[in-house]
Amino acid sequence: MAIWVDRETRLLVQGITGREGTFHTGLCREYGTNVVAGVTPGKGGMVHDGIPVYNTVAEAVKQEGANTSVIFVPPPFAADAVLESVDAGVPLIVCITEGIPVFDMLKVWNSMQGKGSRLIGPNCPGIISPGKCKIGIMPGHVHLEGRVGVISRSGTLTYEAVGQLTSREIGQSTCIGIGGDPIIGTGFIDALAAFEKDEETDAVVMIGEIGGSAEEEAAEYIQSSFSKPVVGFIAGQTAPPGRRMGHAGAIISQGKGTAAEKMAKMRECGIHVIESPADIGSAIESVL
Amino acid sequence: MFHFTVMKIHEFQAKRLLADYGVQVPEGRVVRTAAEAFDVAARFGGTVAVKAQIHAGGRGKGGGIKIAKTPEEAEKYAAALLGSQLITPQTGPEGREVRVLLVEKGLNIKREFYLGIVIDRSVGKPVVMASSEGGVEIEEVAKRSPEKILKEHIDPAVGFQPYQIRKLAFGLGLNPRQVSTLMVKLYQAFEDLDCSLAEINPLVETQEGDVLALDAKINFDDNALFRHQAVAELRDFSEEEPLEIRASRFGLNYIKLDGNVGCMVNGAGLAMATMDIIKLAGGNPANFLDVGGGASVEQVKNAFKILVADPNVKAVLINIFGGIMRCDTVAEGVVKAVQDVGVALPVVVRLEGTNVERGKEILSSSRMNFIVADGMGDAAKKVVAAAG
Repeated sequence: MAIWVDRETRLLVQGITGREGTFHTGLCREYGTNVVAGVTPGKGGMVHDGIPVYNTVAEAVKQEGANTSVIFVPPPFAADAVLESVDAGVPLIVCITEGIPVFDMLKVWNSMQGKGSRLIGPNCPGIISPGKCKIGIMPGHVHLEGRVGVISRSGTLTYEAVGQLTSREIGQSTCIGIGGDPIIGTGFIDALAAFEKDEETDAVVMIGEIGGSAEEEAAEYIQSSFSKPVVGFIAGQTAPPGRRMGHAGAIISQGKGTAAEKMAKMRECGIHVIESPADIGSAIESVL
Repeated sequence: MFHFTVMKIHEFQAKRLLADYGVQVPEGRVVRTAAEAFDVAARFGGTVAVKAQIHAGGRGKGGGIKIAKTPEEAEKYAAALLGSQLITPQTGPEGREVRVLLVEKGLNIKREFYLGIVIDRSVGKPVVMASSEGGVEIEEVAKRSPEKILKEHIDPAVGFQPYQIRKLAFGLGLNPRQVSTLMVKLYQAFEDLDCSLAEINPLVETQEGDVLALDAKINFDDNALFRHQAVAELRDFSEEEPLEIRASRFGLNYIKLDGNVGCMVNGAGLAMATMDIIKLAGGNPANFLDVGGGASVEQVKNAFKILVADPNVKAVLINIFGGIMRCDTVAEGVVKAVQDVGVALPVVVRLEGTNVERGKEILSSSRMNFIVADGMGDAAKKVVAAAG
């Protein structure tokens, strides 16, 4: 079953003719993802690597029946790209773009409420249901089809976690990079709720980072409403306050959002919290 | 090119920006010599404040803000501050050199308040915070008596509404007429300039009934600097770590820390996790360095040079999980850098993912002394041992 993306996914790529868009669309198709259309304003009518390109998302949805969109457009135009997909009624929108102004995302986030589209990201690696569908920039070959869900705020650290699972022959149902920005579409709780309902997911790896309070809120949710075992890790245990650690969201500000606080809360709520990122695979093995 | 630090500006710059928007600030002049301080104080007449302009907070506690009753006193304070290393609770033990002072006309202060705007990520909205406990650290107030902080969340589609301003003003015991313009203008600046923080602490009410920004602090969203050229030009490079400036020119995300294990990693999350595992293995990371998702051989080379330019570094750990970034690219860059710089330090390399075999081959055929590690745990142990 997996969550949100599978063999039924019909993907449209916003920014398909750009360098990143072209490159990653190729890798997603190689993996087996059904890419049905591309959108680049002004290039409608052309065919790019065998995929029809449209001027607008609405047209691509109407002509090709796309039900998911992935966004590779540069930061100044990314908020508009998300809103265009929302307006066209695309149910799932995955925004890979890094570096979108926070205020742009505030407006997008508030405007999307109640409109029936789910946004994953921005500033994320994307989402993959191994063996079925890959949307984003993650290396497909480190994944293995199976029954563990992965939710993470980071990119390469997710690959690290997945790599540890795969090397133990523990497969994954769906892996979601929710993104490293302060304002993101889909949070831990949304993903956990979907994994709770997914009969093909037995356990979940949750990888957080310093900054914000999303992990604490997710921990409370897990305690009250999540029945499957969860292994958790927080990156940035050694990060100094006030310095932004790469991700715009990863900053300990006004003494809040430290790794120690998050880990304590997660333990209190019954999550198997590990201190070393090298122990993700073995921890999952022990809870399965 | 991206800048990776949170961009800060000086108090005098923040006040100029706010004044341009119509926020009332005390009359003041920027000075760079003690003689200028004397002249400005003489021109203002009466009491003046002499304020050190550095990016760190806690200046009052560190002795960086002096009240002078005469021009002679202003000159004396200015002479002592200029060129000194000011140590505050936020600068670290080495302090920051004071190069610029702001001399401001004294006010008859009746009451002090706090007013600030940040983005509340848990609800996805900006939040205006106000408190009658001004002048002190708002974090302290938040801990001690959270009920003393008034909060209004702003819907970004409709902006800061008059009823919200009235709620805050009455809550502070002020007449909305006294602060309405200031609040409207502060929010306007926050939104227009893509701020991540706009804070007035203290906001003061004078005996005459005026409300002014006695201090001002503004931080900007780096991601939005592309549309604010004038703001980007306010960046003061002398307040930043030279290696970090160099790294940002190459599009690298580098933050200098105090340890002796240099690390180069791809991806921010993995970079933080690598710092963590070094600490767990008993070592101390010398830096955070994310070479990004698609770095070139040239970038890897530059990253490596920046790492080893830190004299505290005794060993280097390269931890790459190749996805989009290929392990052979990393290996090639590292080999080139070592050839260029002639580094004698032990270098532990952990490669995983795309083209890992080619990468390992490049390292071993270079005949250099790389220590190859298997997994993050092993890499951390090896590099900590090597750093001694």
